[in-house]
Amino acid sequence: MQALTNRAQPVNRKPMTFWERLYLINIFKGMLITFSHIFKKQPTIQYPEQKRPFSPVFRGLHVLNRDEEGRERCTACGLCAVACPAEAITMEAAERLPGEENLYREEKYAARYEINMLRCIFCGLCEEACPKDAIYLSETFAPANFNRTTFIYGKQDLLIPNPVTEPEAYAKAKGLN
Amino acid sequence: MLLSIDWILFLEKLILIAIVIFASLGIALYTTFAERKVAAVLQDRPGPNRAGPFGLFQPFADGLKLIMKEEIIPNTSNKVLFVLGPFLAMTAALMTSAVIPWSSDVHLFGRVIPLQIADVNIGILYIFAVVSLGVYGIMIGGWASNNKFSLMAALRGASQAISYELAMGLSLIALLMTTGTLQLGEIVKQQMEPGHWWNIVYQPLGFLIFIICAFAECNRTPFDLPEAENELNFGYHQEYSSMKLGFYLFSEYVNMFISSVVMATLYFGGYDVPFLNESLLSPNVAAILGVVALLIKVVIFIFIFMWVRWTIPRFRYDQLMNLGWKSLVPLALANMLITGALILWMGK
Repeated sequence: MQALTNRAQPVNRKPMTFWERLYLINIFKGMLITFSHIFKKQPTIQYPEQKRPFSPVFRGLHVLNRDEEGRERCTACGLCAVACPAEAITMEAAERLPGEENLYREEKYAARYEINMLRCIFCGLCEEACPKDAIYLSETFAPANFNRTTFIYGKQDLLIPNPVTEPEAYAKAKGLN
Repeated sequence: MLLSIDWILFLEKLILIAIVIFASLGIALYTTFAERKVAAVLQDRPGPNRAGPFGLFQPFADGLKLIMKEEIIPNTSNKVLFVLGPFLAMTAALMTSAVIPWSSDVHLFGRVIPLQIADVNIGILYIFAVVSLGVYGIMIGGWASNNKFSLMAALRGASQAISYELAMGLSLIALLMTTGTLQLGEIVKQQMEPGHWWNIVYQPLGFLIFIICAFAECNRTPFDLPEAENELNFGYHQEYSSMKLGFYLFSEYVNMFISSVVMATLYFGGYDVPFLNESLLSPNVAAILGVVALLIKVVIFIFIFMWVRWTIPRFRYDQLMNLGWKSLVPLALANMLITGALILWMGK
């Protein structure tokens, strides 16, 4: 048979020599190898105290964005829900009433916006689909919980803090400080 | 009066027994912790480090967990024997420590107290007898569970222990030919004499056979066939839960401690501090130094036990039997022959 690569090596079927059959030397060699591992650097990260930095392209929990004046950017167009391969996003649209211009940027807004974090695969397609820069994926991940219903994140969980009324919380959420 | 009992001697021995048992249990407790740490370090991990400073309370957390678990006795098991099994294993493991000389005599309140519970003149025979009893713990536990895996593991454990006891005994006969006594205290005193080396110098091959057999007797890797997880699930203690399981696991560590002590005593001078003439020191200081020296030797042996465990994979069962009967027994016999010939030749 033609070898596919030139790396193939025939199996060594020579009978073992006396010293090999004695095992002891090879056992001792193995023990030296394991002993040398005592002095190796441990790659462990002590998790709650130390955290590994995420890469800049990390896709974590979703955040619903606001503009500079603290108005919600989302217009409930539904493109994110359409783009979502896991069908994790649902929303209900509502019309902006007079006097709510400081809350919502455009005439239509999402009255209800839910993401099921158990369905979400964190692909980031919603972020790409959004024409209004309203949704993006942050660098945090969903904390563990005992209850399945807690994994359906509503607007109050997703919305970023208002930069006008709560500038500190906003800066923290943005990771600015 | 003939029946008068030396009550102080009685008290003295009682205290010594309590100290030895609690010390063995404490050391075994921390051996479980050391095992996890050694395994971790050999595998480039930090190991348990959350419970207390450096994870030092981990063994207590493990013990508490075992105690809090539900106690299950299978319906189809033989209930009396099922409960008896772990206690036999533990008792046999602890009984061995009775004849071990822990250090030289202590002088307290005008009395000379030997740090040895019983200096019987058949010390080694006693150890062998009690170690063989340990097999009953495995056998009874495995049989009483009424589980085919447990029974298989128990059979394996018993035949393994019997096979390796043979080679172990033969390797010891060679040692006894050089020492001329079965008394452990006497064997240590001989090694402490000036101009006399430790027995490892006279019996290197015998020690090698002895340590291999000790691994097999303690059911440690590479000979942990009674616990072979991948073919026998969990081995002879599969049906056990809670503290009964804990007793089985714990007796393994006590066994390891005791066999380390026996090896140190027989081959590495026991409580002898190397390159130091103990008779020049005051007896109490010498005794304390002796205990420390013995414990250091024991710690080194326990480390070797663990080191081997985390290096070598398990033997197959036929390989195990081949090694025991076809290699170790003839080798031990040859060692005996050579020793005898040398003794005759040197005219000792």
